[in-house]
Amino acid sequence: MEVKEFIGGPWTKTVNVRDFVFKNLTPYEGSASFLVGPTKRTEDLWDICLKAMEEERAKNGVRSLDTDTISTIAAFGEGYIDKSKEVIVGLQTDELLKRAMKPFGGFKVVQKALSEHGEQPNEKITELFSNYVKTHNDGVFDAYNAEIKKYRSLGILTGLPDNYARGRIIGDYRRIALYGIDALIEQKKADLENITGPMTDEVIRLREEVSEQIKALKAMKELGNTYGLNLSRPAENAREAVQWTYMAYLAAVKEQDGAAMSLGNVSSFLDIFIENDLKEGLITEQDAQEYIDQFVMKLRVVRHLRMQAYDEIFAGDPTWVTEAIGGMFSDGRTKVTKTSYRFLNTLYNLGPSPEPNMTVLWSEELPENFKKFCAKVAIETSSLQFENDTLMRKSRGSDDYGIACCVSHQDLGKSIQFFGARTNLAKTLLLAINGGRCELTGKQIFDGVPEYKDEYLDFDAVMTNFKIAMQEIARVYSDTMNIIHYMHDKYYYEKAQMALIDTNPHINIAYGIAGLSIVADSLSAIKYAKVKPIRNEEGLTVDFEIEGEFPKYGNDDDRVDLLAAKAVADFNYELQQFPIYKNAEPSLSVLTITSNVVYGKKTGATPDGRALGVPFAPGANPMHGRDEMGAIASLNSVAKINYEDAQDGISNTFSIVPKSLGSDINTRIDNLSTILDGYFYNNAQHVNINVLDKETLLDAMEHPEEYPQLTIRVSGYAVNFVRLTREQQMEVISRSFHESM
Amino acid sequence: MHSIETFGTHDGPGIRCVIFLQGCKLKCLYCHNPDTIAMEGGKAYTIEALFDIIKKSKPYFGKKGGVTFSGGEPLLQAKALVPLFKRLKAEGIHTALDTNGRILNHFAMELMDKYTDLVMLDVKHMTEEGYEHITGQKNNQTTFRFSKYREDSGKPMWLRYVLIPGLTDKPELLKALGAYFKEYKTIEKLEIQPYHKLGVHKWEALGWDYQLKHARENTKEELEQAVSLLNPYFKTITIN
Repeated sequence: MEVKEFIGGPWTKTVNVRDFVFKNLTPYEGSASFLVGPTKRTEDLWDICLKAMEEERAKNGVRSLDTDTISTIAAFGEGYIDKSKEVIVGLQTDELLKRAMKPFGGFKVVQKALSEHGEQPNEKITELFSNYVKTHNDGVFDAYNAEIKKYRSLGILTGLPDNYARGRIIGDYRRIALYGIDALIEQKKADLENITGPMTDEVIRLREEVSEQIKALKAMKELGNTYGLNLSRPAENAREAVQWTYMAYLAAVKEQDGAAMSLGNVSSFLDIFIENDLKEGLITEQDAQEYIDQFVMKLRVVRHLRMQAYDEIFAGDPTWVTEAIGGMFSDGRTKVTKTSYRFLNTLYNLGPSPEPNMTVLWSEELPENFKKFCAKVAIETSSLQFENDTLMRKSRGSDDYGIACCVSHQDLGKSIQFFGARTNLAKTLLLAINGGRCELTGKQIFDGVPEYKDEYLDFDAVMTNFKIAMQEIARVYSDTMNIIHYMHDKYYYEKAQMALIDTNPHINIAYGIAGLSIVADSLSAIKYAKVKPIRNEEGLTVDFEIEGEFPKYGNDDDRVDLLAAKAVADFNYELQQFPIYKNAEPSLSVLTITSNVVYGKKTGATPDGRALGVPFAPGANPMHGRDEMGAIASLNSVAKINYEDAQDGISNTFSIVPKSLGSDINTRIDNLSTILDGYFYNNAQHVNINVLDKETLLDAMEHPEEYPQLTIRVSGYAVNFVRLTREQQMEVISRSFHESM
Repeated sequence: MHSIETFGTHDGPGIRCVIFLQGCKLKCLYCHNPDTIAMEGGKAYTIEALFDIIKKSKPYFGKKGGVTFSGGEPLLQAKALVPLFKRLKAEGIHTALDTNGRILNHFAMELMDKYTDLVMLDVKHMTEEGYEHITGQKNNQTTFRFSKYREDSGKPMWLRYVLIPGLTDKPELLKALGAYFKEYKTIEKLEIQPYHKLGVHKWEALGWDYQLKHARENTKEELEQAVSLLNPYFKTITIN
């Protein structure tokens, strides 16, 4: 391989991108003043995209569909926005914003999604998938038992990736740029040869998987050829490095439509190539920014075919092209480069946007200039989220990681995740109070919890029953996940992404919970006030009367905050008790996406005084309006949830009106940067930042056409506000906007 | 104590943990925390408990932030604040007082001289008549005695001035304000507080008559004009 321009090391002998980045990266501590605006070509292309997106909104969210092609890595011919102006090429299909069928996750979902737009798959494909081809969804339902189906239909487990792709896996897309595909094929072939007998289930499966990966790599070369790109060799300059990396990502989103298809951590990797070309005088800053602008533009137009029901859980048509930016190396140098800035600069050059989901890896040690710039971008665009680099680096032992989906650490090229959606912890508590019966339907979900008959709820008795309920939910959740991931591997294996990951990587199985703040406040009410269950004629508790005051989560009060932390630790403990497919390691997230609304609908009144049907707070946020001591107290409450108990991530969404952040922009930048230092010093893991006036959001509801790019962070990702349903918009507006005068 | 705002951004430098104490002898017409005026009410905290609450915000103070005691009038409880501020200073926390300057007993002096990094003094009105009209109390000289005391101690002070159209914004009043303080060395900044009605609902909740019903908020031009009138007299002027 070509190494003359770079500092060598182990990366030249084996696939090791981290070593290449570690040896060759040029940290940048300067200011943003070097940044430049978009080129005319970029502006023209983006105008075409904006117009296409307007048409998309006008046509009920789908501009065009393909009903004749099964989308695979090399499917479809070339596709351009405007070929003459593109320096970075490649679309998922042959047309901008055209959505393609990826039926291996589940054919019914594809049919449903198409029929919602008056279309159907062509006859041949319908015949194939109706009679001959088995999908992931078919496999899962062959194996599900009655218990799992009950949990699913009653909304105890929801959003499960059992009829669509699981996503979450991040291919190390940098590998194609650094090594070229031929070298990667050689490596995989060597791996395959070393996977030897005895031929147990595991060994046979792995051999089959690696063979699939090799086929995927060959298909990626074909994809490159379509656009006249020779991906078999390493990238030889900056433009190629960006292009090769994008082609690798493009292969993944042509083959898979997982909920979250993260990009990883490519910006500082690409910077090495850009620095080289700049130094040699081959390109200018304008060229460098143009590559990044156009790359990001392509990431913004990634589209998947979704059913409308999907929107309830994942509102706003997100794709989670999550890119982690910044952070520190384990040796104390920063990973911030000029290209970290160039990525953030796309939010000015192309305007705010939910995608790619830009995630700043924050550390107190980051260069002061970069901190200030990130704070400024967050304030001006509400398009950034921040994660605690110091915490994750130390806890997870890797400084070369991406963010899977919304908030989850993933060691790049070394480990993957099995996505597991989430369960409803607030409902779990209600089941504990109701002897295992669903509070809405009266159906018995599980046995083993005694019916509670006393006039008032007793804290110790409730906790005992809550533990049993957690054990039951964890058991069924774990069974469900094993089936889902077994079948996904079997019928919809991510061969393109896995081809760019070490053979046989470490696996985390990613469980999740919703309703944490309700659980905390409910337990607090039971412990510190008197809570009287109101039972219907069937003896089912359907409401509660609270006598007296109780501390509420969000006010930095240990009495209740530690109940929240304990609930997370307890449930995480229960999840660790079961054997997991492929020896995956269980991990837990406190993250809701936008499912907090639908979960609220499916959950009866709770002991904290929340009425039936009222939305939950998102992620690990305190319940709306219950945090009365200001923003810092609220952040401190969330920070008490121990990351070791929720290594998949603890999402917090922080919304504040500009004036409350400070009187002028410089004060606001200072204050936001200081908040992030303080919050992460307290070992918190994640925060979304929105700096917006409620009036702006209300106006956008009335005049969506005037706010096509208004972006707002929700739990772990960002959406175009105008693409949310009215109900979701109202929920966002009703949340706590920190406002102090 | 009346309440706590852990993310104060308008009551001193940087991010402030603002402690609103209960009780004030003045009843300013525009008071936006009228529920802190009564001497009764609030909740008693031990020094220890308040210290613990403030300390939890310390990671967010950064290089500039800290704690601000506001109210109500914090110096009514100067005696109790001395040991608390002493502990806060020992912890390396920046301390500020937001005061009307009417109390200058030996506890207040000890508190300011030894343990208060910043005094934010509210100048209500430059005339006795105006002072009494706004606050319901006589003797605006208390303000000037207080500012002189702080000046003599050589320690930092900010002045705060609520700009009410028709009541405190006349050019001659602003010039008098500037002229009075122009020789002061300890004044780092004058904060002009634009008039707003965000506290009116609290007056109604208390069943009190809000007498400035007909007052209006400042226009942008009025604020700019006030700044330009005051500019010759102060190092820094900000609109808060």
